[in-house]
Amino acid sequence: MSVELMLVAAAREITDGAVCFVGVGQPSQVALIARHAHAPHAAFVYESGVLGAEPSRPPLSVADEDLVRGARVLVPVHEVFNYWLQGGRIGLGIIGAAQVDRFGNVNSTVIGAYASPRTRLPGAGGAPTIAGFAGRTVVVTRHSRRSLVDRVDFVSTLGRPEVGAGRGPLGLSGAGVTTVVTDLGVLRLDVDTGELVLTRRHPGVKVETVQDATGWPLRAAADVVITEPPSPAEAAALEALG
Amino acid sequence: MARFAELSEAIAEHVRPGVSVALEGFSHLVPYAAGQEIIRQRVGDLTVIRMVPDLVVDQMIGLGMVATLVFSWGGNPGLGSLYRLRDAAENGWPRPLRLVEHSHAELANRFVAGAAHLPYMLMRGSPVGDLRSPHVAEVTCPFTGERATAVQALHPDVAVVHAQEADREGNVLFRGVIGVQKEAILASRAAVVTVERMVDALPRGSNEVIVPGWAVSAVCVCPRGAWPSYAMGGGYARDDDFYRRWREVSRDRSSFLAWGEGAR
Repeated sequence: MSVELMLVAAAREITDGAVCFVGVGQPSQVALIARHAHAPHAAFVYESGVLGAEPSRPPLSVADEDLVRGARVLVPVHEVFNYWLQGGRIGLGIIGAAQVDRFGNVNSTVIGAYASPRTRLPGAGGAPTIAGFAGRTVVVTRHSRRSLVDRVDFVSTLGRPEVGAGRGPLGLSGAGVTTVVTDLGVLRLDVDTGELVLTRRHPGVKVETVQDATGWPLRAAADVVITEPPSPAEAAALEALG
Repeated sequence: MARFAELSEAIAEHVRPGVSVALEGFSHLVPYAAGQEIIRQRVGDLTVIRMVPDLVVDQMIGLGMVATLVFSWGGNPGLGSLYRLRDAAENGWPRPLRLVEHSHAELANRFVAGAAHLPYMLMRGSPVGDLRSPHVAEVTCPFTGERATAVQALHPDVAVVHAQEADREGNVLFRGVIGVQKEAILASRAAVVTVERMVDALPRGSNEVIVPGWAVSAVCVCPRGAWPSYAMGGGYARDDDFYRRWREVSRDRSSFLAWGEGAR
């Protein structure tokens, strides 16, 4: 139930007509829920150069035939990054993360030291450019002290460089990771402190539970609201995911 | 002018020990058959360039053929880790693997710079994050004074890619997800293109992705040359099951080595 609420809560971040950069896995599931439930005109872009994807089911790879077949157009990989993402034409990015920290930095590179990692993760891929240039970026991840950490082991994708430091001087036109949606609730960036704070909890989840599961002293907003349960359209969309 | 050749000939001529080889195809048109031939010939000390290594490079790494990997995302799409890549990076097995790591945008743009014969390609914003590379530098725009990122041109010794069609003159046509194959061909000193089939003539006056035969070194006819990935219109689907089974085959060294014996 809580993973389903995570997907539904993330889908609600997609407004109808938004142009949204997504990856495989949970971001694609989120896209499908949004399209079926409330955002039929949202357009989805994949790093493989698929613009306006309309998959019938979540793709395994970014070049799946089902993903490609109904696409508005296919463009080369350098074009999707240079003209569409860097060019400021993508309003929202949705990514997964192995680790995300209190300042919205994301790690998908290594656990441990880069030169001699305990665990070598796949790497940054499209995420740095998504967070750098999509209007804003949403991370979707399960909530635990292993995934929500005080400081990531390695900054693959930049949130905020340090307390109080802004992204403006870096020439990044995107706001970066502004929202983290988990199976316990939703965290949003507090622009004053530059850190993520709890703004929503899923039904039946206490604020203390979320704080216990977080690797830094997670602040809660003054008015933490409860996630609305899935609407009939959202429930149907979840069902259709299989 | 492109020379038609058997795959074994083309690989023996162009993919020699110690070369840098760009094996591109972004989850589609992965040059798997060509990769298998490189493996069959056990070409060693390679610098392999592939944005998403995929199974074919995982195999080469596990067989000790790769000295350096240039890449931007090293997972098994949708399925988690590439275990041979991980074993090399975490444990130096079967040999230490030097990683030249980038984001997708950086590596794609390194190919663009190479294809355009520029010293670097420019990207917006200062370099950020913890990844440090001698091929990425901060520069200042001479017109606006803004800080930007320069990514150094890449010039592989050879590009090895797969396309759908070639005509008798060695012009090659790519359909579907096109990745950076064209840039890889044009940035490299030589280019081997495997194709699903020969056709009498490719379209004229078209904006489809056609690389003229005079920009290609060798063309080899390899039906199903992208399996277990696929070639749009090639008549075979991506073999998702094989990608799943690869997880089990490659997860530990003994099952991988058993697979390796069969690949001789």
